[in-house]
Amino acid sequence: MKYALRRIMALVLTMIAVSFLTFAAFHLIGGDPAQAILGTSATPERLELLRHEMGLDRPFLVQYFHWLAGFVTGDLGTSYSYRQPVAELIMPKLGVTFVMVMLSFLIIVALSFPLGMQDAQHSEGKFSWVWTVIGQICMAVPSFFLSIIVSYVCGIVLRFFTPGDFPDMYRHFGSALHYLFFAAVCIAVPRIAMCARMLKSTIIGEMEKSYVRTAISRGNDRQAVLKYHVLKNSLVPTIAFLGQTMAEIVGGGIVVEQVFGIPGIGRFLVSSIATRDYPVVQALVVIMAFWVIMAGTIADLINMKIDPRLRLGGGE
Amino acid sequence: MMKKKIWNGYLIAGLVITSIVLIWIIVGQFYTPYDPTQMTGAKLQAPSAAHLFGTDKFGRDIFSRVMSGAGTTLLVAVATIGIGAVAGTLIGALTGYFGGYVDEVLMRLNDVLTAFPSILLGLVVISILGPGKYNVILALGIVFIPGYARLMRTAFASQREINYIISAQLMGASTARILAIHMLPNTFSTLLPALTIGFNNAVLAEASMSFLGIGVMPPDISLGYMLSESQGMLRTAPWYALSVGTVIAVLVFGVGMIGEGIQRIGKEDL
Amino acid sequence: MLEIRDLHVKFHNRDREAVGGISLKIGDGEILGLVGESGSGKSVTAMSIAGLLPRKQCDYSGLVLVDGQDMLGADRSVLRQMQGNKIGVVFQEPMSSMDPLMKVGEQVEEVLRIHTDLNEAQRKERALEAMTEVELPDPEAVYNKYPHELSGGMLQRSMIAAAIVNRPGLLILDEPTTALDVTIQAQILKLLAKLNREHGITMLFISHNLNVVRKLCGRVAVMQRGLIVEEGNTDDVFFRPQHPYTQHLIACIPSRVKVIAKRERFGEEEAADVTGGDRNDDE
Repeated sequence: MKYALRRIMALVLTMIAVSFLTFAAFHLIGGDPAQAILGTSATPERLELLRHEMGLDRPFLVQYFHWLAGFVTGDLGTSYSYRQPVAELIMPKLGVTFVMVMLSFLIIVALSFPLGMQDAQHSEGKFSWVWTVIGQICMAVPSFFLSIIVSYVCGIVLRFFTPGDFPDMYRHFGSALHYLFFAAVCIAVPRIAMCARMLKSTIIGEMEKSYVRTAISRGNDRQAVLKYHVLKNSLVPTIAFLGQTMAEIVGGGIVVEQVFGIPGIGRFLVSSIATRDYPVVQALVVIMAFWVIMAGTIADLINMKIDPRLRLGGGE
Repeated sequence: MMKKKIWNGYLIAGLVITSIVLIWIIVGQFYTPYDPTQMTGAKLQAPSAAHLFGTDKFGRDIFSRVMSGAGTTLLVAVATIGIGAVAGTLIGALTGYFGGYVDEVLMRLNDVLTAFPSILLGLVVISILGPGKYNVILALGIVFIPGYARLMRTAFASQREINYIISAQLMGASTARILAIHMLPNTFSTLLPALTIGFNNAVLAEASMSFLGIGVMPPDISLGYMLSESQGMLRTAPWYALSVGTVIAVLVFGVGMIGEGIQRIGKEDL
Repeated sequence: MLEIRDLHVKFHNRDREAVGGISLKIGDGEILGLVGESGSGKSVTAMSIAGLLPRKQCDYSGLVLVDGQDMLGADRSVLRQMQGNKIGVVFQEPMSSMDPLMKVGEQVEEVLRIHTDLNEAQRKERALEAMTEVELPDPEAVYNKYPHELSGGMLQRSMIAAAIVNRPGLLILDEPTTALDVTIQAQILKLLAKLNREHGITMLFISHNLNVVRKLCGRVAVMQRGLIVEEGNTDDVFFRPQHPYTQHLIACIPSRVKVIAKRERFGEEEAADVTGGDRNDDE
């Protein structure tokens, strides 16, 4: 379990680095929060007073640690435009995005594995190029364009759901899930193609390795070679890839939420950038980054469980 | 001996599709059937012989609009991967070749940066710089640097111990010469597919950002901007969204096929 | 045990035949050495015997009989019945030949999982027996290790254990000692000789190193460019080579080694006598 501990230490360090970078960036560009709150008509005395109250006259590092301590304890500061604690504003939206992203992730995992394996098995067949082209098409259609098509076809024409009319997820979870499903599919389609392609080329690469020849020389048939040897070896790079895919799902969600009118953190982020509501933006950026790092760490931990060589640590 | 096959179906199909789209877009910068910004016919017309992609709610010809607007997207994409690839190659070459302390620090920084989804980083940079065509280029260019740096670092570092590089060092070739003449050409097989993927990511990222209203701003129009414009006309002029999206998809598909083709060069069949 | 008649193999992407019509016989309990430099077709010959030819990528003709079963024309399912059951194979690089994510013990007993109805405990018992037989120290511990935790010599011993665990009649050894250092090499050769002596396993030992072959094999065949150019008793081939290529191969062996070889074979005085002239072409 030592290796897991080491990996989690690395996670914490990266999180601190990410939060520091983000805080520093917004400290530089964020302008004067006191001015933002009080408006341009405020007197210098009132500004000075508020700055002191907010701790803005303290050294940068002190401010950072103060903010970090707040972040850890759930105090994300106060929104400029809503005059409410950021945490209260974000929480319900975070839940919606979380459900959507996880749904999308599940769809990706559930479909890309069978597709990739299927594709790898028939990679020498006459029609393998058809799958390659279909994959390229899926990767070429931007998820927000797909979202527009889906919301038009499934929403306006077929009336499977009403675009723009997102039910309160915390009261009607079922119908919210139904609505989110369409968005999740739109995020998932290009990533399914990517993951399936990645799994396929990994399996084909593994099939050429010497240990496969050994396995065949022992009398394994193709299925057994896959089941007992190749799949396990292909899993490691694929899981790492899925971990990285989380970044793209979270990123893709920002746009897709916009198209479907889903009140998640992505949509909130865009509107907060437009209104220069920096405490909100800063908190959301850090949360999204943490999310991505967590996914990467979980992928690494799973891989360490599968591949004992990764537990050794040291090099990359 | 193994014959190295350069041409394959994917590469040819990709090159043909991409060339057609590129020529169409480049022509669009000098000539369009109608003025893309003026009312040229009846409003909200479905596609017809006169207006291939139909008209929008201001009566503007969508075909002409897409033709000229795609140029902005193309410019942003090319400039973005230009910045990303050149800066990334430089950083990758230096860290990969010299290794050591600088390498360590830059790669840790790289690790931290990859924690941000690229569109998120783009949004943050735009929120600092403000929207607009050139800021989008700068923002996405910066966002793309770490990826290329990491890739090129590996490509350069893997050559460090190769004999002819060591002999070039012993013969007193300058570092710049070794990097540029001896090592750079050997990284092309890594760089080329990465450029096609980067181009596509840049097209999609520009489109996403402009779609969100924090990318390219009028009077410039880009495919992403038009797509967000078209969303408001989805019930009345669905052909608008469809034509813009299809052009993006065809362009990305063509370049994707080139990338697929490049990766298969030298492989036995197809 | 093994009979090859006029075997031809040609890969589609090569101009020259990899194997250009060879015939070979190995009797029960015999160890035959197959020598040649890389590209001479010796590994392709081994793959043909083991049923590992990539059939779609090459043309082949002739006859390869293992224990009476044709290995060239037979259906894949028939080949699988032979592989691991009647034929064991040990490859050159033990590290890359083993599945990096499977415990060594599970790889040793894999053949039993495929070809027998033994349950898990019985398989483990047999695996541990085989691992003891190949003189692995502390088999119980090695059983639960992963390949990256073992040395090259220990891995090759495990590979041999895996190949013999189901008592195949024929063992094909494709450069099994090439990747190992000299002391380990000697130990492995000794081990193979012991297995041959005690269980009567027939072996085809492939190597580019004539001197290694000499230590183990009673008979040797020399291959060059897909053909067998010389075949015979190891001593005859080694000390009285007929074909120019064989002479060339032997000339490449340092004379110091040759002196030792002759000493081993003929005793002290005669060795000095026969070697007199060629001390100068050392290296």
